[in-house]
Amino acid sequence: MAAILASLPAQLPRKPPAAAITTHRRTVLAGLVVLVLLAVAGFFAPKWLTFLVTMAAANGLVSLGIVGLMRGGVVPFGQGMVFAIGGYTAALLFNKLGFTDALGLPLAGGLAAVLIAAPFAPLLSRYRGIFFAMLTLALSMVTYGLLMKLEVLGGSDGFNLGRPTLFGNKLPDARVGYILYLVTLFVATVIGLLARVYFDSTRGLVTLAVRENELRVEYLGGSVRQAMAINFVLAAFCGGLGGALVVMSLGHIEPNFSFWTTSGEFVFVAILAGWQSVAAVFVASTVLEVVRSFSSAYFPNTWQLALGLFLLFVIRFLPRGIGSLWMKGDAR
Amino acid sequence: MTSMTPMLEAHGVGKRFGAVVAAADISISIASGERVSLIGSNGAGKTTFVNMITGYLKPDEGRIVLDGRDITPLHPRAITRLGVARSFQIPQLYGDLTVLDNMLVANACHDQALSFWQPARRRSALDRADALLERFRLAEHRARRVAELPGGVRKLLDIAMALTAAPKLLLLDEPTSGVSAEEKFPMMETIMSALGHEAMTVVFVEHDMDIVERYASRVVAFYSGRIIADGAPNEALASDDVRRYVTGELVPE
Repeated sequence: MAAILASLPAQLPRKPPAAAITTHRRTVLAGLVVLVLLAVAGFFAPKWLTFLVTMAAANGLVSLGIVGLMRGGVVPFGQGMVFAIGGYTAALLFNKLGFTDALGLPLAGGLAAVLIAAPFAPLLSRYRGIFFAMLTLALSMVTYGLLMKLEVLGGSDGFNLGRPTLFGNKLPDARVGYILYLVTLFVATVIGLLARVYFDSTRGLVTLAVRENELRVEYLGGSVRQAMAINFVLAAFCGGLGGALVVMSLGHIEPNFSFWTTSGEFVFVAILAGWQSVAAVFVASTVLEVVRSFSSAYFPNTWQLALGLFLLFVIRFLPRGIGSLWMKGDAR
Repeated sequence: MTSMTPMLEAHGVGKRFGAVVAAADISISIASGERVSLIGSNGAGKTTFVNMITGYLKPDEGRIVLDGRDITPLHPRAITRLGVARSFQIPQLYGDLTVLDNMLVANACHDQALSFWQPARRRSALDRADALLERFRLAEHRARRVAELPGGVRKLLDIAMALTAAPKLLLLDEPTSGVSAEEKFPMMETIMSALGHEAMTVVFVEHDMDIVERYASRVVAFYSGRIIADGAPNEALASDDVRRYVTGELVPE
């Protein structure tokens, strides 16, 4: 994944007073190197593989938002809502307004998800544990119900959208998949790098503190609810981005984007990844896509079994997720 | 020398939990720079009073004034931002993080403009954290996970974190509880020498009268939610009520 090295600074040995700017520069550089390598590899890779990685990177963005929330101690079971909002926004902009830019659509999807999720943030910031999870699930299922009933949005069948453009240029038939692969990798890299910077920031550290001891955060002058609300909104942005990117590659949107099983897959990836590493999210998302693709091909209708066994293995042997493999000893 | 400006005032403060009177008509004025020890048996109302000062509990009646400002209706975060910090009887730390990261959390929370991109491990924050760790003799534990630390070290870290905000009023809830008898004085010595750099008002809840006698400039004794003695340590500790209800001596009625 392009963002694979985004977590590198935290893996490096701790130095005396870190030159933070240098560390960030190194992170950005590493991210760009991986992006270039993946871009070159994708040029020679078969189409099915670039499509798989595109899906993994786009879905990984949604799970990255969940990881941001997990760092604060909550897990949303309804991230399908923002995923669907991002997807429907991109599709509607494309079909109704003729806005077709492959970089603009994800941005619009992310912003739309923020606009719709933000009013719920103050409410959700008051809840923890199963209550937070169920409230987010409820929101996503209400969204699902609305999408199923609204004929103007295609009802249960959803609707199709055409091929996006890039900076006003039509994408060539032979290269459309590869270009969308590049766009998705670029967005995932940028967001992955920003996520790393955020996780290492003062706000990021306070989020970790919230997970362990909210009372002390308040007594130290930090705002727990503000931290949780901000993380929810940021997760919505990531979810909206991911939804729009997936829709662009699939060329189709439907209410299932908001269904609880879709949300469950994002949570699955987040748990698989753990909350320490940004790169692990994209690795876990790729693992999910690979297992899904190969299991579907060779063991039809039983791919969930393979996935479940894999998750059991990770929970048993890597309770902090895949990321703990290369983030050992670093609780952040 | 302490100035006569009241740093903390309580006016007729009361708190009930159902039929239990946890605090009744508590009135007190603590001058800036004083080192006050709150003493009393378990359930006497000391921690309830501390919790009311910090906003964790709201008084049913009365007012609490900090440096001339009524803080009674404020929530803990707002009161913290006005310059009140506290430590806890059971240290409230982040066990999964290192000692240094705990200090950085304290620093980040204190930072009014929490930033999305400003690194928590920036030089100024690290310097500040290291200076406090040095003062509390915690530097050697800097990179250790808090969950692995002994109780006494956690107590010191709890207080060091509270000091990150350079508070005007520091409340220490039983700073030496859970620490062995021989470690109590060295630990209190460490705390007091670390605080010595700060011109702050310190209120500490304590059960060990030897500690109280040595480190408090004033003693306030509680019993059944009421103040039964208030004065210099030698006077307060010698009063019949304190000997009867706090230190448990047999004093004729």
